[in-house]
Amino acid sequence: MSMLKHFLPTLLFFSIPVVAIEVSPNLGKAASDQQLSQWNKDIFPDGQGLPKGKGTASYGKKIYNKHCLSCHGFEGTGNSADELAGASHSLTDNPPDKIIGTYWPYATTIFDFTRRSMPLNAPGILSTNELYAVTAYLLYLNNIIEENAIMNEKTLPAVVMPNRHGFINIYQQQDKNP
Amino acid sequence: MTQPTELQTIAGGGLLDRRVFLKKGITFSVAALASESLLAETDPAQLPWMKTPGEPLSNYGQPSAHERKTIRWTMGNSMADGNGVSWTPLHDLEGTITPNGLHFERHHNGVPQIDPAQHQLLIHGAVKKPLVFTMEALLRYPMSSKLCFIECGGNSNAGWRDVPIQTAAGYVHGMSSCSEWTGIPLKILLNEARVKGRAKWLIAEGADASAMNVSIPLEKAMEDCILAVYQNGERIRPENGYPLRLVAPGWEGVLNVKWLHRLHLSNKPAMSRNETSKYTELLPSGKARQFTFVMDAKSLITHPSYGQQLNKTGYYQISGLAWSGRGKIVKVEVSADGGKTWAVAELQDPVLSKCFTRFRIPWHWNGQTAILKSRATDETGYVQPERDALIAARGKHGYFHYNAIVSWQISNHGEITHVYA
Repeated sequence: MSMLKHFLPTLLFFSIPVVAIEVSPNLGKAASDQQLSQWNKDIFPDGQGLPKGKGTASYGKKIYNKHCLSCHGFEGTGNSADELAGASHSLTDNPPDKIIGTYWPYATTIFDFTRRSMPLNAPGILSTNELYAVTAYLLYLNNIIEENAIMNEKTLPAVVMPNRHGFINIYQQQDKNP
Repeated sequence: MTQPTELQTIAGGGLLDRRVFLKKGITFSVAALASESLLAETDPAQLPWMKTPGEPLSNYGQPSAHERKTIRWTMGNSMADGNGVSWTPLHDLEGTITPNGLHFERHHNGVPQIDPAQHQLLIHGAVKKPLVFTMEALLRYPMSSKLCFIECGGNSNAGWRDVPIQTAAGYVHGMSSCSEWTGIPLKILLNEARVKGRAKWLIAEGADASAMNVSIPLEKAMEDCILAVYQNGERIRPENGYPLRLVAPGWEGVLNVKWLHRLHLSNKPAMSRNETSKYTELLPSGKARQFTFVMDAKSLITHPSYGQQLNKTGYYQISGLAWSGRGKIVKVEVSADGGKTWAVAELQDPVLSKCFTRFRIPWHWNGQTAILKSRATDETGYVQPERDALIAARGKHGYFHYNAIVSWQISNHGEITHVYA
């Protein structure tokens, strides 16, 4: 009994295996530059992520009529999919017209969403120049740019949308007033 | 007719104390239904399922053939049937867990049929080490589970209409479902990628035909987001994000990105379509609320509710669901007189944060017209608003984040309709 008392602490000490502390599994592989450029399709309001290219409304009309009209209607007036242009009401009317020209705060979002999601039956089918062109057409239909204005990676983020300041950041407000 | 002679009602319209059945010697004498009388005379051994062998074993069980009406109600775009929503039939369910096949859906361009061997997650942007993970690698990570609801920001939007919609409770409010989600705490992977100090947002993208993306504050990602692999114990169903879903407990459904394959750390949000033109709430002023991530407290009575029928007077159990994106539900009150008086309902244990909470209260229906309501309070003190108060604050054209009190009217014939009261 006295021996056991004597040795117990020592035995316990040596019976605990010494394991190096794993900070984290670290099972990810370093992403290659090629992966990063192929996967990253995010576009920001300041133009970050916009590819080089250009287009105008007149060419965009042809693209629109071929790929978009069947769902979004003639000149963007809406059909089975959202109305995109030709608002007959303002945001304070009943009902309001929440479309690109009255509601969308950034022009870059049109390019980004069209590139990632449209047309529904074949997303990704439009070339960069076609995307700039159809974006220009939608901005023109909403009386935001001139018919002959060239949209490219520099001019598109410079377009000031009518509802640019129409949003209240609720999350930020909650930060200030928890 | 049953009379609760020895029972004290605790609020108008016949609401009884939620602990009434814990008291000794309390019984209801309920008149037997005609069909029950017939059943009582049948020898159970003569029923066919006791006289012949049953069905064989099955690899994956299915609901009883008698429960085929318990289905999601689907509504797809007429030109693109993968673009739409389906609702959980909350009015046919009890408890708090949504069966996987009945979890609500919102797809922007159909359900991708993803081969997990080809699915990868990329973490990049404002990180020191951009990383790619295979599913095989992710399955080796430490996992944890979270029971929580996911609710679409557009749930219950029929409530904004001027005329009360006459549709089953789940097919109005069932773009909310509750599961046990199991997966990797997102914080672990972000720490491995070593997030840079300037990063404030996380842009999450799905691998569907819409490449749906949305921006999420980094704080939330570090707090309690999970990269879910399992739903209620089995691998997530394709329509709910197989093989990998971002779960952001208590926050708008759209942030719970399905088929997750990319996380982009950034100092600013992307201002994508689904955080600008959609999932923002237009106010009467013409300004719109944006980044309204948290789903506020909501409750509704699922039994009895629209489309159900009370055939007898007497005892009924009122049962419903409450949830809040801010935390735990601490109280649900029920009214049977249109909100004049309220009684506190029993909350089913366990009451969990950001999770469906089942409430129940006994009720004696006297055969008169009655209006049933429920009102939830969460642990932050937030109280679910009446419809008039919500509309006074937000107008009628916000579309998203409708969480007002729901009213069911029982006619003196036992028919149940949806009313604004």
